[in-house]
Amino acid sequence: MMDWILQIAPAFAEAHAPALLILLPMLAGPIAAFLPGGGRVAWIMTVVVTGLCTLLSLILLAQVRSIEGGAIISYAMGGWAPPHGIEFRIDALNVLILLLVSVIAFLTSIFGWPTIKAEIADGKRAMFFGAFQVCFMGLLGVAATGDAFNLFVFLELSSIATYVLVALGSGRDRRALPAAINYLLMGTIGASFYVVGVGFLYAATGTLNMADLAVQLQDVGGNRAVQVGFAFILVGLGLKAAMFPLHQWLPNAYSYSPSFVTAFLAATATKVAIYAMVRFLFSVFSLDFAFEGMSLALILAPMGIAAMLACSFQAIFQADIRRTLAYSSVAQVGYMLLGISLGTAAGVSAGMFHLVNHALMKGALFMAVAGAVLTYQGTRIHDFAGLGRRAPWTMTAFAIAGLSLIGVPLTAGFQSKFALVSALLESGWWWAALLVVFSSVLAVIYMGRILEAVFFRAPANPHKEHGEAPLLILVPLWILAIANIWVGVDGGFVYGLATDAAEALFIGGAS
Amino acid sequence: MAGPRSDHHVILRVVAKPLIPIIALFALYVHFHGDYSPGGGFQAGVIIVVAVVLYALVFGITPAMRAVPPVFARSLAALGFIIFAGVGVWALVMGGNFLDYDVLFNEEPGGHMGQHYGIIAVEVGVLFAVAGSMLSIFYAFAGRVTEIKDEDW
Repeated sequence: MMDWILQIAPAFAEAHAPALLILLPMLAGPIAAFLPGGGRVAWIMTVVVTGLCTLLSLILLAQVRSIEGGAIISYAMGGWAPPHGIEFRIDALNVLILLLVSVIAFLTSIFGWPTIKAEIADGKRAMFFGAFQVCFMGLLGVAATGDAFNLFVFLELSSIATYVLVALGSGRDRRALPAAINYLLMGTIGASFYVVGVGFLYAATGTLNMADLAVQLQDVGGNRAVQVGFAFILVGLGLKAAMFPLHQWLPNAYSYSPSFVTAFLAATATKVAIYAMVRFLFSVFSLDFAFEGMSLALILAPMGIAAMLACSFQAIFQADIRRTLAYSSVAQVGYMLLGISLGTAAGVSAGMFHLVNHALMKGALFMAVAGAVLTYQGTRIHDFAGLGRRAPWTMTAFAIAGLSLIGVPLTAGFQSKFALVSALLESGWWWAALLVVFSSVLAVIYMGRILEAVFFRAPANPHKEHGEAPLLILVPLWILAIANIWVGVDGGFVYGLATDAAEALFIGGAS
Repeated sequence: MAGPRSDHHVILRVVAKPLIPIIALFALYVHFHGDYSPGGGFQAGVIIVVAVVLYALVFGITPAMRAVPPVFARSLAALGFIIFAGVGVWALVMGGNFLDYDVLFNEEPGGHMGQHYGIIAVEVGVLFAVAGSMLSIFYAFAGRVTEIKDEDW
């Protein structure tokens, strides 16, 4: 059904799509850092590069879907054949992540210019876009690579660029600096845990290629070194993914970084870490290992549920809208982990489906907040009072995404929560399904507080000017809002991608 | 830290002065032996920066920044990144995979010129990137206040 893409795409792009996807931002990043013109040229370049990457991801998607059950595209870096060389390995699971990251990057970089002009100093904008491209490249690399150590390198590339991006929020709010340092410390601990885990696996098997690891691990079995490696990797990636007790870095990093960065990170960074976790849980390790089944049931599921409840409660008591949304992000990560912890194809596909939908809604929510902040400079709920009348387009999109976050029927959030609840019931976890519904009620409260202020309260300070966000913000914002409704009305396409992704893990098994 | 004209640390300055070019030369030695013995761009980059850091320690941070300006260090880092990726692009253009050195010079099968010069070119990129970033980090910590003016970027 997507063969027409393969027909019009140039052969060169098709043959080298996995490498070009990384290469474009890799080249554009350092070049962008030098471009003059107060960042405007760098911005145009960023939009072009992220747009091209979106096209490349579409080509990859078409290639993967050209075969029933999903093709696996393997690209040998430097011509060194895997398992000895570094391999980029694209299957139905990570093509979904690649597409998500590049589409979100494209939309956020279109949206970014007005907010960056307002928040980042003149001379730093070109560097800012350079750092953004490196971050983007790292996230794509984590998703594309089939090499466990290479994944670490890309994870660090994206994280280090992220620390810089978060710290640049100090132009708007000085608290961005401690937030960035905090994130740096936590993120570095996460990355070192991951690399220690990979070290243990390497010691036990002598290979770093994930597909090869999966085969070798079958022989080594429940070796203690393998178990320790598993534990380190789970905790390391859990930190990056903001798994419940390890999420402390997230609220501050999201609240104080530049609006552009928040919108991009909220929709991509934790998602990529969750992808890596899923890849290790089901592709490298497998459910045959007793310790893995135990860790799913005893760690991921309780932590997911704890996140869902505790962080939703915390979200209710925040005065700052960006903090509310940040805590809600941790809660949503909980839903994904809960779906994954079922260890069934239905559970994982519900998790992946929610992952995509959450990117759509959080992207839209943070964009709308950025639009409002741009014209008003306040992020407290109090500041948003009466904004529905002054900026109806911005706030309607905000409301759509907010309803989607709650899980109101006909929105994306409903579809994925429905998939999650069905998967839970299928496995007999009716109590967890009840908790999902309860947590959605909490979401009604925290989003309801904001929406009530926006639409029904009088403006807090009638003398201060509110206005509609500029068109550059409104267009990507509405694309995301409409995507929320589209997935909500006809979730077939995205749900199909998520199901394919989960099946690639379970049917493709170890390969 | 002694200023450039202060009289103590004479011995230190006299000894450091001839050492600096030797350190830089040793860096190049480590670099060009990198493809068949331990060493390479990363180590060489660090060693080159050691030469600059030693200069900064003995003669002061300001003369060091005059000799090797912060903006140069930054640009060097980015340039290294571009060289590295550029070799990859070169391989792509010649019809191979990304960073496939074998195709760089259109050699007969069994030729090793591509592998030899390819890795050295990539390591030059690494050398620049590492030296540039290390020096930028050193400058950022050592000269906390004035050096990064907004026009410098």
